Parts: sequence; structure tokens; C-alpha cells
Amino acid sequence: MNDSLSSIGMAVRDRRVSAVELARRALESVRSDEPRLKAYLQVFDDEAIRQAQAVDERIACGEGDSLPLAGVPVAIKDNICLSWGRTTCASRMLEQYESPFTATAAQKLIDAGAIIVGKTNLDEFAMGSSTENSAFGPSRNPWDPSRVPGGSSGGSAATVAARGVPLALGSDTGGSIRQPAGLCGIVGIKPTYGRISRYGLVAFASSLDQIGTLTATVEDAALALEVICGPDPLDSTSANHTVERFSHDLDRPVTGLVIGVPRQASNTANHPGVARAFEEAVKTYQKLGARIVEIDLPMTDYGIAAYYIVAPAEASSNLARFDGIRYGHRARIGAGEGLLELYNRSRAEGFCPEVKRRIMLGTHVLSSGYYDAYYNTALKVRRKIKADYDAAFIAEGCHAILMPAAPGPAFRIGEKVDDPLAMYLEDLYTVGVNLAGLPGITVPGGFAQIDGTRLPVGMQLVGPAWSEGQLLRIARMFEHECPHGAERPKPAAV
Amino acid sequence: MASHELSPEYVRKIARLARLELSDGEVARFQPQLAAVLGYVNRLSTLNLEGVEPLTNVADAVNRLDDDVPGPALPIAALLKMAPEAHERFVRIPRVLEDGGGA
Repeated sequence: MNDSLSSIGMAVRDRRVSAVELARRALESVRSDEPRLKAYLQVFDDEAIRQAQAVDERIACGEGDSLPLAGVPVAIKDNICLSWGRTTCASRMLEQYESPFTATAAQKLIDAGAIIVGKTNLDEFAMGSSTENSAFGPSRNPWDPSRVPGGSSGGSAATVAARGVPLALGSDTGGSIRQPAGLCGIVGIKPTYGRISRYGLVAFASSLDQIGTLTATVEDAALALEVICGPDPLDSTSANHTVERFSHDLDRPVTGLVIGVPRQASNTANHPGVARAFEEAVKTYQKLGARIVEIDLPMTDYGIAAYYIVAPAEASSNLARFDGIRYGHRARIGAGEGLLELYNRSRAEGFCPEVKRRIMLGTHVLSSGYYDAYYNTALKVRRKIKADYDAAFIAEGCHAILMPAAPGPAFRIGEKVDDPLAMYLEDLYTVGVNLAGLPGITVPGGFAQIDGTRLPVGMQLVGPAWSEGQLLRIARMFEHECPHGAERPKPAAV
Repeated sequence: MASHELSPEYVRKIARLARLELSDGEVARFQPQLAAVLGYVNRLSTLNLEGVEPLTNVADAVNRLDDDVPGPALPIAALLKMAPEAHERFVRIPRVLEDGGGA
């Protein structure tokens, strides 16, 4: 499916094509890619057709004007609740879990006329950068199925890159939308903390988690955000901030544009292909008339360290709810064993090794005697990270900061699985944005050649809080000048 | 930053606090991995953080009071359906009093 969200919506509202027909096509496309990509944990054949019929009926009743996403097939990351099917978080713990409610962000898509075709694969509880931590097996990168699609929103990125659906929801706690978008050659945006309701998003690290979108283009991201952003009485952390019509003057370039380029982003850890794409991106903005300012983000090298204290600390607390009592997996216990054995064994059987590692890290850093040395220190570093960004935006006058989305392109499945620290460093350029609560967007930034394979490289733009409208315009300027995203992965050989 | 003894016994202690049953194999596997991550995060101890206030919340939002109006609640039957074991209107758990306790 190569059409934009707005052209799909228009065609369905004008009844040039029915939502049912589009749903059938999307289901067929997704099904045919599945053996190769493993992007989905569930595909909703019947429910999608039912939803599409309802959309066609609403249009027949003259309600088309209230359906900006009429007939748009979408995929939802499986840590976002729907009141049908299962919400597994790619975990044995929630393998059979059926949510009694639908997440606000997903409900807003449905209300706007979108059709939910399935739930996408992820690293268990969104903890990972490759989807290899899924209890149900890894997803694969459409550019090279022997490689990871990135993560944790890897299934969402893979299906959008393969054009199974034009829009997928993801969540981003330390880079989980922007890194897979980069590795799959698509657009992924993590909005400002509080932009989108998290009601129905299974919590990982509550001071960092944010829902966002994965799409083929910046224009599609703008339209989708218009639909899902905004305050929600069901999420007290959703901010009461005006939602601009992001898609309306998207093509108007930002005049007097100032782009910050952090010294720390020319890291020796960058793959040569990433380094080259980064240089090219800087030149592109120069060519577009932007003033390039070299900036300092001295805390970049401490971001991962602060993140791997804050995020596991919050995770160990959030995941305490999975105890085998009210929902999720319950282990069998023997005669003479009691509640404690039930807790310990249910969690041992339900969680994958990465989730256990993070729960233990979090438990350790919050434990008596270590709290101040770890957690409090990390929160101080967090303030310094935010101050670095603020200085770039306020003192240096940057409209956006440009850096790679990840230090390298897609790696091979299995390559980093036994080295958690190497995996964590995938998020070198993304975690700071979550720690500071800022919006960040990945756009296709070109290609790197590895072992004879052409792999996409993502460029990331970071803006001040609540600057999504401007950030999307800045991203659109780049996309218009360098339409790398127009190149698609080759479909499977039949 | 605090030095810590990441012995197998300490890994077991953390697992106990985290309510995770670990096999000996898991203890052996997690020990060097956790040590590597903690070694890495120790780089924060080289920073001068004097006078820096911890940042606990990035949202610039202020507390908001909602009117106390009862809204629709999730149906009890749907909530009980999530429980691994339910009995009538209750979630069933192992005996916690007398000799069946432990927590």
C-alpha cells in the first residue's frame, strides 16, 4: 500500500474504493509478508472487515467529514491495549491476556475511520532494541531478513517499511520508535512527553514512555499525530496542550532555520555509512539555507548510564504488578508452598531474561544503601542532560538538533543478543531525548553498504518541547530535498 | 558511586527482593552481565554533580483537579476473567494464613 493517509481517506470518503476493499488488500499483503517478516503477533481478519464495514456505513450515512483516516489500515504495537484479541507485550506472562478496554490512542484512530489489521511484535515489555527479546521470536528487517528491524517497535517498523500498512503505533521509552524507523528506512516520531494519552499503554518506565507513530512519510506522521494527540481525562500525565493542525502548513519551509549539530554525534562508534549519511544531512540543510551551529551535548556519553538506572528502576516498580494473582501467568505450586513461591515462580516462568535483568538492575539501584549512589545521581545527570538541550535551543537559538538515529544500520539477528551492554549502546543518540522529555523524529537519511547489502540509515531531529509542528516542517524540508524513503525494500522473491 | 559485591549470593538476594526464582544457571549467566552494566553506569561517579537538583519529572504540567463525578466502571465479570483463578466474585489465591503462608 503506497498511498498517503490523506489520499486513502479521500478515496474512501469519495467512495472510489470501499474501506472493506482496502482492509482485504492490507490483510492479504500483511499475510503474504508474514512468513518472511514475522512482524505480527495477531492479525484480525474478521474484526478488521467488521470495522471496515462500519466505516463504509458511516460514510454512506454522510459522516465522512469526521473520518480523516477513513479506511486507513493500521497496525498496533502489542503493548497497547485493545478490547478484542490479546495484548501480550510479547511476553509469556501475558500470552493469554485479554484487555477489557481499548487504549485512547487506538480508539482515536478507530474513531477517525482507521481499520486495525493486527498487533505487532516487540521486545518483551518494550525492553530491547531488536525485537529479539520477544517471547514469540524475532521480527525481521524487510531490507535483509537475516537482520533485525530494530526495536522495541520492530514489528511496527517492519510492516510499515514493507508497505503492509501505511501507519503503525509504537511506543518509545529510550528510542523504541526512532531506532527501528531508522533501521527500516521509514519515519518515526516520539512526541513531547505528555502529548499523547498513555491510557492503555502497558507501563514500562512511566517518566519516559511515550506513544508515537511509524509511517512512510513525514506528511503521514503529521496527519496521524493530529488525530491521536491531545489531553485525556483517563491519563493524568497527558498535557492540556493545543493540538495544531500539523499537516496544514507542512510544506512551508522554516525561514531563518538554525540546525544544531552536536560534536558528540561524530562519534568514532558510528558506522562509516552512518557517518557519511550524517555529513550529507548536514550539507543538505546547509544547501536549504539553514545556519549550521556546532553545539555541545557533553552529557551524551552519560545518557545510556543514566537511562539504565532510571528506566530499570521504574520498570522494577511497574512490573511488580505481574505477580500471578490478578492477571497474567500463574505458576503451579506444590504442597507446602505458598504465596511467595507463587509470586517468585510465576514471574520466573513469565519473564524473558532481559526483563529479569532489568527488574534486578532496578531492584538493586533502588535498594537500601544504593538508592542515593545510583538513582539520585542518575536524576541529577538527567537534569544536566535536559540543561544541555535547553542551552542548544535557547542560548544557541537552534530550531532543531540533527544527529544519527543510531550508531549503525541493522545488525544480524543474534549478533548482540548475548551482550546486553552492546545492545544498550544502540540507543546512544535516542535516550537523552526521553530523559529530557523532548520530541524526536527519525527520517530516512540514506543508505549504508554492508556485506553487499544496501541498508537504510536514519537521521534524527530533536526539537524543543511542544515544537512538533515546526519539527515536522524541518523534517519535511529534508525529505523533500532527499527522498531516500521513496526507495523501497525489494519484495520477497516468489 | 557505591562499590558493591556482585557475588552469586548477592544476585540471589536481589532476585529474592525482586520476587524472581532463579536457577543456578541463571545466577551464573546474569552475574557477569549485571556486573558489566553496573560497571558501565559507574561512569556517572566521575561527574561533578554538586548543587545539581535531581530531575524527577520532565512534564511542565501542574496538578489538575477533576470534578468528583462517578463515571462508568469496568465490568466486574471482565476483570475477573483476567484472573488466572477466580471463584464467584473473588480472585482465588493460595492460603496465606496458618501454615500456608510465606509472604
